Amino acid sequence: MLYPTYTRRSDPFALMRSMLRDFDRVSPSRLAQPVFPAVNVWQSDEAVAITAELPGVDPADIDISVKENVLTLSGERKAPEVPEGARWHRNERGFGRFARSVRLPFVAADDKVEARMTNGVLRIVVGRPEEDKPRKIEIKAA
Amino acid sequence: MTNDMTHTADKTSTETPETTTGRRIYRPLTDIVETADGMTLMLEMPGVTAEDVDITLEKRVLTIRGKVHTTQPEKLQLAYAEYGEGDFERAFTMSDDFDPDKIGAQLSNGVLTLTLPRAAEAQPKKITVKAS
Repeated sequence: MLYPTYTRRSDPFALMRSMLRDFDRVSPSRLAQPVFPAVNVWQSDEAVAITAELPGVDPADIDISVKENVLTLSGERKAPEVPEGARWHRNERGFGRFARSVRLPFVAADDKVEARMTNGVLRIVVGRPEEDKPRKIEIKAA
Repeated sequence: MTNDMTHTADKTSTETPETTTGRRIYRPLTDIVETADGMTLMLEMPGVTAEDVDITLEKRVLTIRGKVHTTQPEKLQLAYAEYGEGDFERAFTMSDDFDPDKIGAQLSNGVLTLTLPRAAEAQPKKITVKAS
């Protein structure tokens, strides 16, 4: 990258600003917005499980839907109710609507999806349909 | 899912001191609100049950620890991970006007809410100025 020093001689901070702008563009944290919720995906021949940490989310506010091989998880994190005149010292937690989609390795049947929420951790287990399960092929002797 | 790096919400682990088991310890994200009668702390501790929370107030340092039960589903292998699991720990230095016996703690949906009522003698007294 080239930084012409002769332009805008009157403004000594112009160069610094343009460098900072370039730096901002490249640093990875600026490329993507943080994604919520973070998910872990577990797999076996029989099923796929998705776990997500959703602290402070009421299970009634979570929507899970499966369409063909895409599982969508959406909902809302509600801001805590605070009495009038309260003063915030720290606000590190996030609030608002969220949605995430996970592509499954097979087309899931609705009746094979099971979700459970314990202590703010959501666990969705999607069973693999019988016809999709890997089959062992026997080799016949000639 | 894509192969791109996914930036997930903040879950920072504490670097020092290290644990003997090599497991990570995470800093729970916290909201702190001051109300007329005290302080309210809300800590995100997903995967922690009420029995596994340990709260101590010693020499003005409020320490909150939570033991996490890992959520490995039976017979499944981890294929893709965006978050790590580990115990939670965080400490706050409080102003010294809280009564440790009156601290209230409640855990719901993975959020620990602590209420610290201000000690009675430390309640701010309002002084009215009389017009002469």
